[in-house]
Amino acid sequence: MSDAVIITDKLTKRFGDFIAANELTFTVMPGEIFGFLGANGAGKTTAMRMLCGLSTPSSGKASVAGFDVYTEVEKIKLNIGYMSQKFSLYEDLTVMENIKFYAGIYGLSDQEIADKGMALLQQLDLEKESKKLVRELPLGWKQKLSFSVAVIHKPKIVFLDEPTGGVDPVTRRQFWDLIYDAADKGVTIFVTTHYMDEAEYCNRISIMVDGFIRALDTPDHLKQQFNAKSMNEVFYALAREAKRSAD
Amino acid sequence: MRRLKFLLIKEFRQIFRDKSLLRTILIAPLLQLLILPWAANYEIKNIYLSVVDHDHSTYSSKMIEKIRSSGYFKIEAFNSSYKQAYALVERDKADIIIEIPVGFERNLIKEGSQKVLLAVNAINGTKAVVGSGYLIQILQDYNNELRLKWVAVDRIKPLPQIEITSSNWYNPLMNYKTFMVPGILVMLVTMIGSMMCALNIVKEKEIGTIEQINVTPVRKIEFILGKLIPFWVLCMVMFSIGLLIAWLVYGIIPAGNIAVLYLFLAIYLVAVLGLGLLISTYSETQQQAMSISFFFIMLFNLLSGLFTPIESMPKWAQMIASLNPVSYFISVMRMVVLKGSSLYNIRSHIFIMILFALVINIWAIFNYRKRS
Repeated sequence: MSDAVIITDKLTKRFGDFIAANELTFTVMPGEIFGFLGANGAGKTTAMRMLCGLSTPSSGKASVAGFDVYTEVEKIKLNIGYMSQKFSLYEDLTVMENIKFYAGIYGLSDQEIADKGMALLQQLDLEKESKKLVRELPLGWKQKLSFSVAVIHKPKIVFLDEPTGGVDPVTRRQFWDLIYDAADKGVTIFVTTHYMDEAEYCNRISIMVDGFIRALDTPDHLKQQFNAKSMNEVFYALAREAKRSAD
Repeated sequence: MRRLKFLLIKEFRQIFRDKSLLRTILIAPLLQLLILPWAANYEIKNIYLSVVDHDHSTYSSKMIEKIRSSGYFKIEAFNSSYKQAYALVERDKADIIIEIPVGFERNLIKEGSQKVLLAVNAINGTKAVVGSGYLIQILQDYNNELRLKWVAVDRIKPLPQIEITSSNWYNPLMNYKTFMVPGILVMLVTMIGSMMCALNIVKEKEIGTIEQINVTPVRKIEFILGKLIPFWVLCMVMFSIGLLIAWLVYGIIPAGNIAVLYLFLAIYLVAVLGLGLLISTYSETQQQAMSISFFFIMLFNLLSGLFTPIESMPKWAQMIASLNPVSYFISVMRMVVLKGSSLYNIRSHIFIMILFALVINIWAIFNYRKRS
């Protein structure tokens, strides 16, 4: 287990009396697609924000890419990519300007930026749109672009917070092709989602209920364990116990 | 450094694409400098007078003519009674009532003295004080004229009198525009600079791009410089446009070295933009940032010495004014533009402004959090 890219031990986040994430303990292996499931308000985003260095844990231990979440946040940031629930590219910059900007602040050289930029446009089939403002793109393309930008600096791990929210099924499928593609290149994927079909695409899944991790295994094992035919049934079986109201 | 370069490129691109922002920067100084100096004018003219002349004599009509010809007063009405005149004051038609009693001329000649009643509507304090001041001066003048006439006749030694003549330095024609324009320009860069900076950062918070920046290796100081530098440049440009307008429209040419002015501006802008930054760290939405900015800007403007002299404020208000960066710049503007003060003359202002810039920015940087 020493080569795990994410290790957490009783990682906890409190907001006053409210425990958003309660003693989370899990590990994620390199190249794995790790799904993080849970109802709204279950604590998925909080957990992810702690691992990305956006939020300081209240207690417990965690390391990401071998660096401590308390003391080595800036080193973690060099090794991760992040795509938040909110669309977070600059809408008033063009596709290419966004790519150059993010590549630039991750410290890529001008040559790398030019090469990566072209490759990325080709992969996403956005060559014609490279000079268009991002706000003019359809949502699905924006999401694909944001993912590609999040992995432009070849991070060890990429965190995706509900990346396919509001996107049509065809685009979602294409989006997962991008995820598989990145995983094949050795990038570890940490993804939260509401869609149970997407859960089936993951190597391993954890399901959070009211701040706790209630289940953690491969989709097949989970289905056996809960004697369910689909991930949907597994999820309902657990989510029904939730006492917290959704946010 | 390389990261900063990319942040700057991005920021400038966004600024040049934002038409409404550019409009603000170009048109706001133009409009404000064209309109405000005319409105913010302390010269009191058009004081409405209601005259109650019970005497109807040569002396009384000469006196009224003298008042009229001064140019400051407009005679709204000749009333036959004080009561009628008072009705005009109540309806806000008249500012001052002058009542000349029966026997005005006779008493003046026979007894050598006569009282005249002035009743002043003091709702607008400035107008009341200045208006009655003018009027009293005119009456004194008239008094002197009469006295000289009689003295000449009687060949009596005139009473010794001190006559005061004054000359106005630095603004010889007492032109209020020369006095107001530099101050208004300060107000302008302060308002637009701090608000623009605060709103820009809070907007990034609102749309979530700041969080995306926070997961990158971009350091606090790089992010902050990436915001301050572009707005610093913009404010410099805006100030220059303002100076140009001051010259073209009002013929105001700084008496002092313009480089001294820019040196102070350079430091001042760091403080003002730092304030914008500080406001942004305390607000989550653009509305919040707006209301906090407005609060400070109102306070800053009223306690800046732009409209009212700081020296005549109560001690506690003077204390607050001394914590107001705007008051220092207004004072420097007037010193350099009107008086031609040198770098040496404004040295204490410069030190204080450096202190402001440091404190505000360190506070803002400390308060800007990449993590929650």
